[in-house]
Amino acid sequence: MSLKNEKATIVVAGIVIGIIASLLSFLGNPINMGFCIACFLRDTSGALGLHSAAAVQYIRPEIIGLVFGSFLLACGRKEFAAKGGSAPLTRFVLGFLVMIGCLMFLGCPFRMILRLAGGDLNAIFGLVGFVGGIFAGVFFLSKGYSLKRTYKLPALEGRLFIGIEAVLLVLLIAAPAFIHFTEPDGGPGAKHAALLVSLVAGVAVGALAQRTRLCMVGGIRDVVLFREWKLLAGFIAILFSALLFNLLLTVVTPDVYFNLGLSGQPVAHTDGLWNALGMFLTGIGCVLLGGCPLRQLVLAGEGNTDSGITIIGLMVGAAFAHNFGLASSAAGPTANGRMAVVIGIAVVLLIAGFNTFYKNEA
Amino acid sequence: MKLLDARGLSCPEPIIMLRNEMNSSAAAYQIIVDNTAARENVTRYAHHQGYQVEVSEKGGEYTLNITR
Repeated sequence: MSLKNEKATIVVAGIVIGIIASLLSFLGNPINMGFCIACFLRDTSGALGLHSAAAVQYIRPEIIGLVFGSFLLACGRKEFAAKGGSAPLTRFVLGFLVMIGCLMFLGCPFRMILRLAGGDLNAIFGLVGFVGGIFAGVFFLSKGYSLKRTYKLPALEGRLFIGIEAVLLVLLIAAPAFIHFTEPDGGPGAKHAALLVSLVAGVAVGALAQRTRLCMVGGIRDVVLFREWKLLAGFIAILFSALLFNLLLTVVTPDVYFNLGLSGQPVAHTDGLWNALGMFLTGIGCVLLGGCPLRQLVLAGEGNTDSGITIIGLMVGAAFAHNFGLASSAAGPTANGRMAVVIGIAVVLLIAGFNTFYKNEA
Repeated sequence: MKLLDARGLSCPEPIIMLRNEMNSSAAAYQIIVDNTAARENVTRYAHHQGYQVEVSEKGGEYTLNITR
Protein backbone atom coordinates (compact mmCIF):
# COMPACT_ATOMS: atom_id res chain seq x y z
CA MET A 1 0.00 0.00 0.00
CA SER A 2 1.35 3.44 -0.88
CA LEU A 3 2.12 5.97 1.81
CA LYS A 4 -0.69 8.20 0.61
CA ASN A 5 -3.19 5.35 1.04
CA GLU A 6 -1.73 4.50 4.45
CA LYS A 7 -2.21 8.09 5.59
CA ALA A 8 -5.77 8.20 4.25
CA THR A 9 -6.55 4.90 6.01
CA ILE A 10 -5.21 6.05 9.37
CA VAL A 11 -7.04 9.39 9.14
CA VAL A 12 -10.34 7.62 8.40
CA ALA A 13 -9.64 5.18 11.25
CA GLY A 14 -8.88 8.12 13.55
CA ILE A 15 -12.13 9.84 12.62
CA VAL A 16 -14.13 6.66 13.32
CA ILE A 17 -12.32 6.09 16.63
CA GLY A 18 -12.94 9.69 17.71
CA ILE A 19 -16.67 9.30 17.01
CA ILE A 20 -16.83 5.96 18.85
CA ALA A 21 -15.04 7.50 21.86
CA SER A 22 -17.39 10.46 21.95
CA LEU A 23 -20.44 8.21 21.55
CA LEU A 24 -19.31 5.96 24.42
CA SER A 25 -19.49 8.95 26.78
CA PHE A 26 -22.97 9.70 25.45
CA LEU A 27 -23.95 6.05 26.01
CA GLY A 28 -22.82 5.98 29.63
CA ASN A 29 -19.04 6.18 30.05
CA PRO A 30 -17.67 9.11 32.11
CA ILE A 31 -17.30 12.39 30.18
CA ASN A 32 -14.01 12.65 28.27
CA MET A 33 -13.49 8.96 29.05
CA GLY A 34 -15.05 7.14 26.12
CA PHE A 35 -11.74 5.38 26.10
CA CYS A 36 -8.96 5.49 28.64
CA ILE A 37 -6.71 2.48 28.67
CA ALA A 38 -5.08 3.42 31.98
CA CYS A 39 -8.41 4.15 33.71
CA PHE A 40 -10.05 1.01 32.32
CA LEU A 41 -7.17 -1.26 33.36
CA ARG A 42 -7.32 0.42 36.79
CA ASP A 43 -11.07 -0.21 37.01
CA THR A 44 -10.48 -3.84 36.02
CA SER A 45 -7.79 -4.22 38.72
CA GLY A 46 -10.31 -2.84 41.20
CA ALA A 47 -13.06 -5.21 40.09
CA LEU A 48 -10.67 -8.11 40.67
CA GLY A 49 -10.07 -6.81 44.21
CA LEU A 50 -6.42 -5.90 43.56
CA HIS A 51 -7.22 -2.49 45.02
CA SER A 52 -10.21 -1.39 47.05
CA ALA A 53 -10.97 2.11 45.75
CA ALA A 54 -14.72 1.56 45.64
CA ALA A 55 -15.32 4.38 43.14
CA VAL A 56 -13.27 2.76 40.35
CA GLN A 57 -14.16 -0.92 40.11
CA TYR A 58 -15.55 -2.42 36.90
CA ILE A 59 -14.31 -4.98 34.38
CA ARG A 60 -14.27 -2.67 31.34
CA PRO A 61 -15.46 -4.57 28.25
CA GLU A 62 -13.63 -2.06 26.01
CA ILE A 63 -10.29 -3.58 27.11
CA ILE A 64 -11.47 -7.11 26.36
CA GLY A 65 -12.87 -5.97 23.00
CA LEU A 66 -9.64 -4.20 22.03
CA VAL A 67 -7.64 -7.38 22.53
CA PHE A 68 -10.26 -9.51 20.74
CA GLY A 69 -10.49 -7.05 17.82
CA SER A 70 -6.75 -6.98 17.36
CA PHE A 71 -6.53 -10.78 17.66
CA LEU A 72 -9.27 -11.41 15.09
CA LEU A 73 -7.89 -9.00 12.52
CA ALA A 74 -4.30 -10.15 13.08
CA CYS A 75 -5.42 -13.74 12.43
CA GLY A 76 -7.32 -12.63 9.32
CA ARG A 77 -4.30 -10.73 8.00
CA LYS A 78 -1.92 -13.57 8.93
CA GLU A 79 -0.06 -11.21 11.26
CA PHE A 80 -0.68 -13.20 14.44
CA ALA A 81 2.67 -14.45 15.74
CA ALA A 82 3.47 -15.75 19.20
CA LYS A 83 6.64 -14.00 20.26
CA GLY A 84 8.33 -12.56 23.32
CA GLY A 85 11.41 -12.76 25.51
CA SER A 86 12.60 -9.18 25.12
CA ALA A 87 13.36 -8.14 28.71
CA PRO A 88 9.95 -9.09 30.17
CA LEU A 89 10.67 -8.02 33.74
CA THR A 90 12.01 -4.64 32.60
CA ARG A 91 8.79 -4.21 30.61
CA PHE A 92 6.72 -5.12 33.68
CA VAL A 93 8.50 -2.41 35.70
CA LEU A 94 8.13 0.14 32.90
CA GLY A 95 4.43 -0.70 32.59
CA PHE A 96 4.02 -0.30 36.36
CA LEU A 97 5.69 3.15 36.29
CA VAL A 98 3.79 4.31 33.19
CA MET A 99 0.59 3.66 35.15
CA ILE A 100 1.89 5.76 38.08
CA GLY A 101 2.40 8.61 35.59
CA CYS A 102 -1.03 8.11 34.02
CA LEU A 103 -2.79 8.15 37.40
CA MET A 104 -0.95 11.33 38.38
CA PHE A 105 -2.41 12.97 35.25
CA LEU A 106 -5.66 10.94 35.39
CA GLY A 107 -5.56 9.36 31.97
CA CYS A 108 -3.48 7.57 29.38
CA PRO A 109 -2.29 9.33 26.20
CA PHE A 110 -5.56 8.30 24.49
CA ARG A 111 -7.64 10.01 27.20
CA MET A 112 -5.31 13.01 27.06
CA ILE A 113 -6.52 13.54 23.48
CA LEU A 114 -10.14 12.98 24.50
CA ARG A 115 -9.75 15.47 27.36
CA LEU A 116 -8.46 18.03 24.87
CA ALA A 117 -11.40 17.20 22.62
CA GLY A 118 -13.70 17.91 25.56
CA GLY A 119 -12.18 21.35 26.15
CA ASP A 120 -10.17 20.32 29.24
CA LEU A 121 -7.18 22.67 29.00
CA ASN A 122 -5.35 20.86 31.83
CA ALA A 123 -4.53 18.28 29.19
CA ILE A 124 -2.31 20.86 27.46
CA PHE A 125 0.04 20.69 30.48
CA GLY A 126 -0.10 16.92 30.13
CA LEU A 127 0.68 17.17 26.43
CA VAL A 128 3.71 19.38 27.08
CA GLY A 129 5.10 16.87 29.58
CA PHE A 130 4.24 13.99 27.25
CA VAL A 131 6.16 15.53 24.34
CA GLY A 132 9.09 16.21 26.69
CA GLY A 133 9.06 12.57 27.78
CA ILE A 134 9.02 11.41 24.17
CA PHE A 135 12.03 13.64 23.35
CA ALA A 136 13.87 12.12 26.32
CA GLY A 137 12.99 8.60 25.15
CA VAL A 138 14.06 9.39 21.57
CA PHE A 139 17.43 10.59 22.87
CA PHE A 140 18.10 7.13 24.29
CA LEU A 141 16.71 5.37 21.19
CA SER A 142 19.04 7.37 18.96
CA LYS A 143 21.98 6.44 21.18
CA GLY A 144 21.19 2.74 20.76
CA TYR A 145 18.64 1.95 23.51
CA SER A 146 17.28 -1.56 23.06
CA LEU A 147 15.55 -4.18 25.20
CA LYS A 148 17.01 -6.74 22.75
CA ARG A 149 15.20 -9.01 20.36
CA THR A 150 12.08 -11.12 20.75
CA TYR A 151 11.91 -14.82 19.87
CA LYS A 152 9.24 -17.03 18.38
CA LEU A 153 7.25 -18.83 21.06
CA PRO A 154 4.83 -21.77 21.12
CA ALA A 155 1.34 -20.93 19.79
CA LEU A 156 -0.31 -21.42 23.20
CA GLU A 157 1.96 -18.82 24.82
CA GLY A 158 0.79 -16.22 22.30
CA ARG A 159 -2.88 -17.07 22.80
CA LEU A 160 -2.87 -17.15 26.61
CA PHE A 161 -3.48 -13.42 26.93
CA ILE A 162 -6.57 -13.70 24.74
CA GLY A 163 -7.67 -16.51 27.06
CA ILE A 164 -7.17 -14.29 30.10
CA GLU A 165 -9.38 -11.62 28.51
CA ALA A 166 -12.02 -14.28 27.78
CA VAL A 167 -11.96 -15.25 31.47
CA LEU A 168 -12.46 -11.58 32.40
CA LEU A 169 -15.49 -11.48 30.09
CA VAL A 170 -16.95 -14.54 31.81
CA LEU A 171 -16.36 -12.94 35.22
CA LEU A 172 -18.00 -9.71 34.04
CA ILE A 173 -21.11 -11.51 32.78
CA ALA A 174 -21.37 -14.01 35.65
CA ALA A 175 -20.55 -11.30 38.25
CA PRO A 176 -19.75 -13.67 41.13
CA ALA A 177 -19.69 -12.19 44.65
CA PHE A 178 -15.89 -11.91 44.73
CA ILE A 179 -15.89 -9.46 41.81
CA HIS A 180 -16.33 -5.84 42.92
CA PHE A 181 -18.43 -3.34 40.99
CA THR A 182 -18.79 0.31 41.95
CA GLU A 183 -22.26 0.95 43.42
CA PRO A 184 -24.64 3.02 41.26
CA ASP A 185 -23.70 6.73 41.59
CA GLY A 186 -20.62 5.61 43.50
CA GLY A 187 -18.08 7.13 41.12
CA PRO A 188 -16.59 6.81 37.63
CA GLY A 189 -16.65 3.00 37.88
CA ALA A 190 -20.45 3.09 37.91
CA LYS A 191 -20.57 5.08 34.69
CA HIS A 192 -20.42 2.77 31.75
CA ALA A 193 -22.16 2.04 28.49
CA ALA A 194 -24.07 -1.24 28.15
CA LEU A 195 -21.81 -4.29 28.19
CA LEU A 196 -22.39 -5.29 24.57
CA VAL A 197 -22.00 -1.72 23.29
CA SER A 198 -18.67 -1.35 25.11
CA LEU A 199 -17.48 -4.75 23.90
CA VAL A 200 -18.35 -4.06 20.26
CA ALA A 201 -16.77 -0.58 20.45
CA GLY A 202 -13.62 -2.20 21.81
CA VAL A 203 -13.55 -4.80 19.02
CA ALA A 204 -13.98 -2.10 16.37
CA VAL A 205 -11.26 0.15 17.78
CA GLY A 206 -8.94 -2.84 18.37
CA ALA A 207 -9.32 -3.93 14.75
CA LEU A 208 -8.77 -0.39 13.42
CA ALA A 209 -5.73 0.10 15.65
CA GLN A 210 -4.30 -3.25 14.56
CA ARG A 211 -4.81 -2.41 10.90
CA THR A 212 -3.25 1.07 11.12
CA ARG A 213 -0.73 0.42 13.96
CA LEU A 214 -2.13 3.54 15.58
CA CYS A 215 -0.11 4.63 18.59
CA MET A 216 -0.32 7.84 20.58
CA VAL A 217 3.39 7.74 21.48
CA GLY A 218 4.57 6.47 18.10
CA GLY A 219 2.99 9.47 16.37
CA ILE A 220 5.12 12.10 18.06
CA ARG A 221 8.14 9.77 18.27
CA ASP A 222 8.23 9.14 14.52
CA VAL A 223 7.96 12.84 13.72
CA VAL A 224 10.88 13.59 16.05
CA LEU A 225 12.97 10.66 14.81
CA PHE A 226 12.25 10.48 11.08
CA ARG A 227 9.95 13.39 10.16
CA GLU A 228 7.35 10.68 9.51
CA TRP A 229 3.80 12.01 10.02
CA LYS A 230 1.69 8.93 9.34
CA LEU A 231 0.96 7.87 12.94
CA LEU A 232 0.56 11.44 14.15
CA ALA A 233 -2.09 11.99 11.47
CA GLY A 234 -4.20 9.32 13.21
CA PHE A 235 -3.71 11.02 16.58
CA ILE A 236 -4.80 14.39 15.16
CA ALA A 237 -7.80 12.84 13.38
CA ILE A 238 -9.05 11.42 16.71
CA LEU A 239 -8.69 14.84 18.35
CA PHE A 240 -10.68 16.68 15.71
CA SER A 241 -13.38 14.09 15.17
CA ALA A 242 -14.01 13.68 18.93
CA LEU A 243 -13.99 17.48 19.29
CA LEU A 244 -16.56 17.99 16.53
CA PHE A 245 -18.73 15.14 17.80
CA ASN A 246 -18.57 16.50 21.37
CA LEU A 247 -19.72 19.90 20.09
CA LEU A 248 -22.51 18.23 18.14
CA LEU A 249 -23.64 16.21 21.19
CA THR A 250 -23.55 19.36 23.34
CA VAL A 251 -25.88 21.09 20.89
CA VAL A 252 -28.35 18.26 20.30
CA THR A 253 -28.50 16.71 23.80
CA PRO A 254 -29.21 18.32 27.19
CA ASP A 255 -25.77 17.28 28.51
CA VAL A 256 -22.43 19.09 28.12
CA TYR A 257 -19.66 17.23 26.27
CA PHE A 258 -17.49 20.26 25.59
CA ASN A 259 -16.54 22.63 28.38
CA LEU A 260 -13.59 24.87 27.59
CA GLY A 261 -11.49 25.74 30.63
CA LEU A 262 -9.27 24.55 33.44
CA SER A 263 -11.52 24.12 36.47
CA GLY A 264 -14.51 21.86 36.94
CA GLN A 265 -13.38 19.34 34.33
CA PRO A 266 -14.62 15.75 34.72
CA VAL A 267 -12.20 13.35 36.43
CA ALA A 268 -9.31 15.84 36.29
CA HIS A 269 -7.33 18.20 38.52
CA THR A 270 -5.76 21.58 37.81
CA ASP A 271 -2.19 21.11 39.04
CA GLY A 272 -0.32 21.94 35.82
CA LEU A 273 3.17 20.98 36.99
CA TRP A 274 2.13 17.52 38.11
CA ASN A 275 -0.08 16.95 35.09
CA ALA A 276 3.05 17.62 33.03
CA LEU A 277 5.39 15.49 35.14
CA GLY A 278 2.94 12.58 35.18
CA MET A 279 2.73 12.59 31.41
CA PHE A 280 6.51 13.07 31.13
CA LEU A 281 6.89 9.77 32.98
CA THR A 282 4.24 8.20 30.74
CA GLY A 283 5.84 9.55 27.55
CA ILE A 284 9.37 8.37 28.22
CA GLY A 285 8.19 5.03 29.62
CA CYS A 286 6.04 4.36 26.55
CA VAL A 287 8.86 5.21 24.13
CA LEU A 288 11.08 2.73 25.98
CA LEU A 289 8.28 0.14 25.75
CA GLY A 290 7.77 0.80 22.02
CA GLY A 291 4.18 1.99 22.29
CA CYS A 292 1.40 3.55 24.35
CA PRO A 293 -0.97 1.45 26.53
CA LEU A 294 -3.45 1.14 23.62
CA ARG A 295 -0.71 -0.16 21.34
CA GLN A 296 0.38 -2.64 24.05
CA LEU A 297 -3.16 -4.09 24.13
CA VAL A 298 -3.18 -4.40 20.34
CA LEU A 299 0.26 -6.05 20.29
CA ALA A 300 -0.81 -8.46 23.05
CA GLY A 301 -3.75 -9.41 20.80
CA GLU A 302 -1.27 -10.10 17.99
CA GLY A 303 0.52 -12.65 20.18
CA ASN A 304 3.26 -10.46 21.68
CA THR A 305 3.73 -11.79 25.22
CA ASP A 306 6.08 -8.93 26.16
CA SER A 307 3.14 -6.60 25.67
CA GLY A 308 1.00 -9.01 27.70
CA ILE A 309 3.50 -8.67 30.56
CA THR A 310 3.44 -4.87 30.10
CA ILE A 311 -0.36 -4.85 30.51
CA ILE A 312 -0.05 -6.89 33.69
CA GLY A 313 2.57 -4.35 34.87
CA LEU A 314 0.08 -1.55 34.15
CA MET A 315 -2.66 -3.35 36.10
CA VAL A 316 -0.41 -4.06 39.08
CA GLY A 317 0.82 -0.44 38.94
CA ALA A 318 -2.79 0.72 39.13
CA ALA A 319 -3.46 -1.50 42.14
CA PHE A 320 -0.41 -0.14 43.97
CA ALA A 321 -1.31 3.42 42.96
CA HIS A 322 -4.61 3.14 44.83
CA ASN A 323 -3.35 0.98 47.70
CA PHE A 324 -0.48 3.39 48.44
CA GLY A 325 -2.47 6.58 47.79
CA LEU A 326 -0.45 7.58 44.71
CA ALA A 327 -3.36 8.24 42.34
CA SER A 328 -4.59 11.79 41.99
CA SER A 329 -8.25 12.74 42.35
CA ALA A 330 -10.29 15.74 41.31
CA ALA A 331 -8.87 17.41 44.45
CA GLY A 332 -5.36 17.16 43.02
CA PRO A 333 -2.23 15.04 43.35
CA THR A 334 -1.22 13.44 46.66
CA ALA A 335 2.12 13.85 48.41
CA ASN A 336 2.76 10.13 47.95
CA GLY A 337 1.90 10.40 44.27
CA ARG A 338 4.38 13.26 43.74
CA MET A 339 7.12 11.24 45.40
CA ALA A 340 6.23 8.19 43.32
CA VAL A 341 6.38 10.15 40.04
CA VAL A 342 9.82 11.57 40.91
CA ILE A 343 11.10 8.13 41.86
CA GLY A 344 9.46 6.71 38.74
CA ILE A 345 11.23 9.20 36.47
CA ALA A 346 14.56 8.39 38.15
CA VAL A 347 14.04 4.63 37.74
CA VAL A 348 12.98 4.99 34.10
CA LEU A 349 16.08 7.08 33.36
CA LEU A 350 18.24 4.39 34.99
CA ILE A 351 16.57 1.67 32.91
CA ALA A 352 17.05 3.77 29.77
CA GLY A 353 20.69 4.52 30.57
CA PHE A 354 21.61 0.92 31.37
CA ASN A 355 19.95 -0.42 28.23
CA THR A 356 21.67 2.23 26.10
CA PHE A 357 25.21 2.48 27.46
CA TYR A 358 25.80 -0.78 29.38
CA LYS A 359 23.56 -3.18 27.48
CA ASN A 360 26.29 -5.60 26.40
CA GLU A 361 27.71 -6.23 29.85
CA ALA A 362 25.93 -9.21 31.38
CA MET B 1 27.11 -4.56 0.93
CA LYS B 2 26.53 -4.09 4.67
CA LEU B 3 24.47 -6.84 6.34
CA LEU B 4 22.12 -5.92 9.22
CA ASP B 5 20.21 -8.46 11.31
CA ALA B 6 17.09 -6.82 12.75
CA ARG B 7 15.17 -10.04 13.38
CA GLY B 8 13.11 -9.92 16.57
CA LEU B 9 13.34 -6.13 16.76
CA SER B 10 10.25 -3.94 16.51
CA CYS B 11 10.05 -0.48 15.07
CA PRO B 12 11.60 1.96 15.33
CA GLU B 13 14.75 -0.07 16.16
CA PRO B 14 15.32 -1.57 12.67
CA ILE B 15 15.03 1.90 11.11
CA ILE B 16 17.44 3.42 13.62
CA MET B 17 19.85 0.56 12.90
CA LEU B 18 19.68 1.32 9.17
CA ARG B 19 19.87 5.07 9.70
CA ASN B 20 22.99 4.78 11.84
CA GLU B 21 24.60 2.64 9.11
CA MET B 22 23.59 5.09 6.41
CA ASN B 23 25.57 7.73 8.29
CA SER B 24 28.68 5.66 7.44
CA SER B 25 29.57 5.45 3.79
CA ALA B 26 28.29 2.10 2.47
CA ALA B 27 26.07 2.46 -0.60
CA ALA B 28 24.19 -0.82 -0.29
CA TYR B 29 22.62 -2.63 2.64
CA GLN B 30 20.90 -5.90 3.28
CA ILE B 31 18.60 -5.93 6.33
CA ILE B 32 16.64 -8.91 7.61
CA VAL B 33 13.42 -8.28 9.55
CA ASP B 34 10.73 -10.68 10.74
CA ASN B 35 7.54 -8.65 10.94
CA THR B 36 5.48 -6.84 8.34
CA ALA B 37 5.49 -3.54 10.28
CA ALA B 38 9.30 -3.45 10.18
CA ARG B 39 9.31 -4.47 6.51
CA GLU B 40 6.95 -1.64 5.56
CA ASN B 41 8.57 1.00 7.77
CA VAL B 42 12.13 0.21 6.68
CA THR B 43 11.04 0.21 3.02
CA ARG B 44 9.36 3.58 3.46
CA TYR B 45 12.37 5.06 5.25
CA ALA B 46 14.81 3.83 2.57
CA HIS B 47 12.62 5.28 -0.19
CA HIS B 48 12.56 8.60 1.66
CA GLN B 49 16.35 8.57 1.73
CA GLY B 50 16.46 8.02 -2.04
CA TYR B 51 17.24 4.30 -2.03
CA GLN B 52 15.61 1.46 -3.96
CA VAL B 53 14.34 -1.58 -2.08
CA GLU B 54 13.90 -5.19 -3.17
CA VAL B 55 12.14 -7.52 -0.77
CA SER B 56 12.30 -11.32 -0.66
CA GLU B 57 10.41 -13.44 1.87
CA LYS B 58 11.35 -16.81 3.32
CA GLY B 59 9.65 -18.52 6.25
CA GLY B 60 8.24 -15.30 7.72
CA GLU B 61 11.56 -13.46 7.42
CA TYR B 62 12.02 -10.63 4.96
CA THR B 63 15.33 -9.76 3.36
CA LEU B 64 15.44 -6.18 2.10
CA ASN B 65 18.13 -5.31 -0.44
CA ILE B 66 18.62 -1.56 -0.27
CA THR B 67 20.63 0.11 -3.02
CA ARG B 68 21.07 3.56 -4.56
